[in-house]
Amino acid sequence: MAIDPKLADELKSQGVHVTSFEQLINWGRSSSLWPLQFGLACCAIEMIAATMAKYDMARFGAEVFRPSPRQADLMLVAGTVTKKMAPQVVRLYNQMAEPKYVIAMGACAISGGPFKDGYNVLKGIDRYIPVDIVIPGCPPRPEALLEGLLKLREKIANEKLLGKNRARHADPNGAASFPVPEYGPHDLNPPVNREVWNPPTIVREAGGGDA
Amino acid sequence: MISDPSMFSSAPTLEGSDEDQLLRVSLGPQHPSTHGVFRMNVVLDGETVVSLKPVFGYLHRNHEKIAENATYLSSMPYTDRLDYICPLTNNWAYALSVEKLAGIEMPERAEYMRVILAELTRLINHTAFMGFILGDMGAWGSALMYAFREREKILDLFEDLTGARMMANFMRFGGCRNDLPTGWAEKVSAIVNGYGPFLDEMEKFLVGNEILLSRCQDVGQLPKETLINGGITGPMLRAAGVNYDIRKADPYGIYDRFQFRIPLGEKGDCYDRIMIRFLEMRESLKILRQALDQLPEGDYIHPKAKIRGFKAPVGEAYARIEGPKGELGFHLISDGTTNPYRYRVRPPSFINLTLLEDMCLGLDLADVVIILGSIDIVLGEVDR
Amino acid sequence: MNVEIESILELVRGALPDVVISLRKNPGPSGQHSLLVEASSLVDVCRFLRDQLEFDLLSNVTGIDWPEPAKADKVAVDETEGAVSPEEGFLEVVYHLFSTTKRVGPLVLRCRTADRRESARVPSVVSVYRSAEFQEREIFDLFGVNFTGHPDLRRILMWDEFVDHPMRKDYVAPDDYEYEPTPHDAVLEKAKRHYPAQS
Repeated sequence: MAIDPKLADELKSQGVHVTSFEQLINWGRSSSLWPLQFGLACCAIEMIAATMAKYDMARFGAEVFRPSPRQADLMLVAGTVTKKMAPQVVRLYNQMAEPKYVIAMGACAISGGPFKDGYNVLKGIDRYIPVDIVIPGCPPRPEALLEGLLKLREKIANEKLLGKNRARHADPNGAASFPVPEYGPHDLNPPVNREVWNPPTIVREAGGGDA
Repeated sequence: MISDPSMFSSAPTLEGSDEDQLLRVSLGPQHPSTHGVFRMNVVLDGETVVSLKPVFGYLHRNHEKIAENATYLSSMPYTDRLDYICPLTNNWAYALSVEKLAGIEMPERAEYMRVILAELTRLINHTAFMGFILGDMGAWGSALMYAFREREKILDLFEDLTGARMMANFMRFGGCRNDLPTGWAEKVSAIVNGYGPFLDEMEKFLVGNEILLSRCQDVGQLPKETLINGGITGPMLRAAGVNYDIRKADPYGIYDRFQFRIPLGEKGDCYDRIMIRFLEMRESLKILRQALDQLPEGDYIHPKAKIRGFKAPVGEAYARIEGPKGELGFHLISDGTTNPYRYRVRPPSFINLTLLEDMCLGLDLADVVIILGSIDIVLGEVDR
Repeated sequence: MNVEIESILELVRGALPDVVISLRKNPGPSGQHSLLVEASSLVDVCRFLRDQLEFDLLSNVTGIDWPEPAKADKVAVDETEGAVSPEEGFLEVVYHLFSTTKRVGPLVLRCRTADRRESARVPSVVSVYRSAEFQEREIFDLFGVNFTGHPDLRRILMWDEFVDHPMRKDYVAPDDYEYEPTPHDAVLEKAKRHYPAQS
């Protein structure tokens, strides 16, 4: 049963706050995300700069960077994910407890970035684990990281915990851990996780397409 | 792969250690103190290190292969991402080696601009180093706050000039990308004048600091000949007392016009390595003041510099600079086309890690973290 | 300060008469000429240079893949009469030596393997210069040059189960081009292989 906004305001002016469990839980989760201290490459330096005094991330509640994945609930993949590192990233993701979120920061974590044509570069961490927010840039400015964090907070605040469209972590059939790839003789094995990554087929003509 | 015991050396290197009682620890690649994705397989007898084997490659982005398929100029943005804490010195090293390969000359103003940017980069690198190593020792971000406060001021200068805070991509073959905007040199003077008090404040906290003295003195030193034989260069070598700085020993650019000294340490332990970087920052401030005074008018790039369609003559060249972490060199081989035939980066951080095991044998695990911090590595450069 | 390469060559030949060593000229403007050393003499030459001529800093070890030998001899020109390039492609290792005491450098040494297959072997100089340890491992990993006498020769940058040598000129990367939003040139060709067949 939805709450009439005018009634809620009236009660608030009298000192009585009325809300739903879902809103309360989501508010608590989004306001104090604990990131995992996990910088891979150059974007890590901008991530550190975002936590420093000029672009303070503490005012958004995400100041406490935990070194252990068991205590964190946000994984900021900042930097290039190489094929040698990919199994460790997936393992760390599996060790985090639900609810957990992933922000892919920087062009390399989204799609391989400037190093895409590489024998050791994974073309985006979303090939193995689900990503909630992407922040483009090379490296993205600290303000861009803060905006991405705010967008994640919006996303968490609008999550449904019950019903058909509920979030993956509230769904008993939702996957919490994903298979860890292994090192093969030429490439990772499997090279991509089909349940997580199913891109659309884009057909381009010679010359890069239109516009 | 993690449970493969052959990754750890099975023969203990210290006498008196019992095989059954050894503890094998894999430090990294995700660890708050490893400065990036770096992994060390450490074998411990109690707390004492018996053997240490580093594992690299977690950030290997095949920079050298990309450069073989790209033109000379399009490798310039990739050099930013090698040592991502000091991008402008990487740019200079690459531009220097292409200029040596092709015999290109530089106008005066461009040389002065390069020196100013390189010394500013040395300042931000050593400041960030101070913040990171104090974080390793347990100061958990307090020193890093001070360091990044100063670093942000200099990054604002870079953004005014080049358009980007970190990945500047500013040097070109024969000069720089654009001229200094009006008022930029005055802003640099203001920052330089304000840096002295910041260094005084930091030295007041750190020079006689009990924790620094007890954790860093007599930790991780090696004799001079071992260091030179191991290819160690940069502040680590000078902390041991070897007077070898490429700006004085093999001058490039216009460094022979400036008066500055080379600070030298005595023992080469971690305490000397930290303090020598403070002294180097003061020398950089001296160079900056002189360069700003002498900055001439003129071209910022050679008028006949060919930017697009640049082809180097057949041959090879190896050029090196004194980067903030050590000797950064580029070895280029050209076959006369627009792409280099072989492009090789000589990474100071990678080669400075050669003697990591020697420095850590017989010490405690906590000292390993301090020693690794004092070598000042950046994984973008170690793995390329 | 550039080295006087002809005088160093004479000193080496005078002290070690059995080594096979020759001068190769660099045609480019940098003026960095090199000495081509035969594989069997490499360690002795390095030891002489370090102990007698005070070249104590081995700064850089580079691996190069020359599937076409004629190109290699255009970069390191042999000016003797009737010089002819070898027929088979080879791998080459280039060393840059500096002297910290005399402030000279770089002295460039080159050493070539017999072929790009089973005889891709070069003796390791780790016993003379410790700084070659990781750099030789990297060349083994990326090019496949076997350094005989190296204390711990295994892969350093790629994982141990990897079998290829990626920096060779004939390496083919695995095909993961099925999702390319903005391809052009070579990448477009690779992406086209994944497009659905035109009906």
